[in-house]
Amino acid sequence: MLLLAIDTSARATAALVRTHGDRTEVLESFSTDRVNAHAEVLAPAIAGMLEQADVSGREIDQIVVGVGPGPFTGLRVGIATAQALGFAWGVPVGGACSLDAVAWEAAAAGAATGRFVAAIDARRRELYWGVYDDAARLVDGPHVGPASAVAGHEVFGAGAGLYPEQLAAAGAQVVAGWTDRQPDAAALAASAARTLAGGGELLGTTPLYLRESDAKVPAAMLKQTGRPA
Amino acid sequence: MSAAPLILGIESSCDETGVGIVRGTELLANTVSTSMEQHVRFGGVIPEIAARAHLETMIPTLQQALDTAGVSLDDVDALAVTSGPGLSGALMVGVAAAKALAAATGKPLYAINHLVAHVGVGVLDGGELPENLGALLVSGGHTEILKVNELTSDVELLGQTIDDAAGEAYDKVARLLGLGYPGGPAVDRIAKEGNPKAIRFPRGLTMPKFVGTADAPGKHRYDFSFSGLKTAVARSVEQYQAKGLEVPVADIAASFQEAVVDVVTKKAVMACTEHGLTSLLLGGGVAANSRLRELLAARCASAGITLRVPKPSLCTDNGAMIAALASQVVSAGVAPTGLGFATDPGQPVTQISLTA
Repeated sequence: MLLLAIDTSARATAALVRTHGDRTEVLESFSTDRVNAHAEVLAPAIAGMLEQADVSGREIDQIVVGVGPGPFTGLRVGIATAQALGFAWGVPVGGACSLDAVAWEAAAAGAATGRFVAAIDARRRELYWGVYDDAARLVDGPHVGPASAVAGHEVFGAGAGLYPEQLAAAGAQVVAGWTDRQPDAAALAASAARTLAGGGELLGTTPLYLRESDAKVPAAMLKQTGRPA
Repeated sequence: MSAAPLILGIESSCDETGVGIVRGTELLANTVSTSMEQHVRFGGVIPEIAARAHLETMIPTLQQALDTAGVSLDDVDALAVTSGPGLSGALMVGVAAAKALAAATGKPLYAINHLVAHVGVGVLDGGELPENLGALLVSGGHTEILKVNELTSDVELLGQTIDDAAGEAYDKVARLLGLGYPGGPAVDRIAKEGNPKAIRFPRGLTMPKFVGTADAPGKHRYDFSFSGLKTAVARSVEQYQAKGLEVPVADIAASFQEAVVDVVTKKAVMACTEHGLTSLLLGGGVAANSRLRELLAARCASAGITLRVPKPSLCTDNGAMIAALASQVVSAGVAPTGLGFATDPGQPVTQISLTA
């Protein structure tokens, strides 16, 4: 099975992955740390990956896209890209929680034992996080909130390095060597491939925003309607 | 490529998700999905809500446009998308989708200026644009006077608002008067029942120190300002309320509308006259305003300027205008932009299509 995975919940990343049974082979991959450049770099990168691998888009069996949680604007770039590629090629597009990618890497490396937390930066002094079992299956979340609210397990991912003291106070343990890990498309593909191989279904492509837009109903409007938003 | 290229254009700069398909100057599809309803309770466009809606509606809108035009993506000669100006997060959804379509199909992609597209759409309604053309763009996000030397390569900004857009002022005043959103149609409707001379509201940037003379133009000769007007309306409403009087909503609406329309039409006609522009194209959502059309038509006629107003569905934001301008750009032999460009929320009108 040939998968194209895209995740823009933190960095812009993409990977072209072929599965062989329960093993996955990364044919091409791309990532950039340039924040705010997702809309610029992602599509050219994917075009380049396909060319390098000498693969036509229509040969792809499944597109997998990280649906967050993650900063909204960048997240939408990945999802819009995945949807439009799927539309043009006639290839199905499924979503996956972006934190799955961090969890997959932690479990695959044998670093995580028992239940653990995958966490990334949610800005505003908060984290996006979820609890995973030792096989990197999401058992609780994803959530958004302060580090002090994170479940008391070992914490993997870029979110772990941001607020070590609050995490420690919450009974969570920051895992050395895993404090800068961001969701990666190749890991997301591997995780999604397992789901599909096990007869499971991917998520839809609706973003996991977890937060409402910040819009406030103006005072003048409140006066008219007499009720809050 | 044949003489009449088949172009698919995507627009997502504000609260309308638009996909349009044209063949040369022939309109084949103009599908628009708006998130306007979701902004009503806020009395104005909320960028994050608009961006979320674009993501939900982009593919269905694209599918519907292709169905309406009776073409497939494979038939399309080139793709086009608004790269700016507009709301950053909203623009990025359209640009990401357009780039992905281009990457998937190998079709050339053109990054198009939203404002110039409001002019370019004119070719879809009335054919080729005349020479010595000016444009007046009035919408919720824009208020500009342009000089169109060459549609695909040379457009100048003569004047623009230095604060609120005209349509934005309508929204804010409608909010003050309890008329709902969007403000333009609401104010226009009730203004018909009021006296436009009841209250003399200020005309922004019309004092001699700003306007100057044709020979020695002031700094803001063709520029607009609606922020002070909006405040004047608020003060007026407060005065009635403080005195315990009923607020004369229709008179205020009519007087406000007259202040906006008076200054907009006067400056547009002045700009045309002083730059030898013999035709004026009106575009943007506020082009649907009855008093604006009426007064602009009268003043253009007096000045010997031919006024051209595309039909309303082409004046509000849409994808057909992006496709229409791109079609002209393609026919002029301009190279495609490619996949590497960035969105530009403040894209100047001098950048009609982005270069690679």
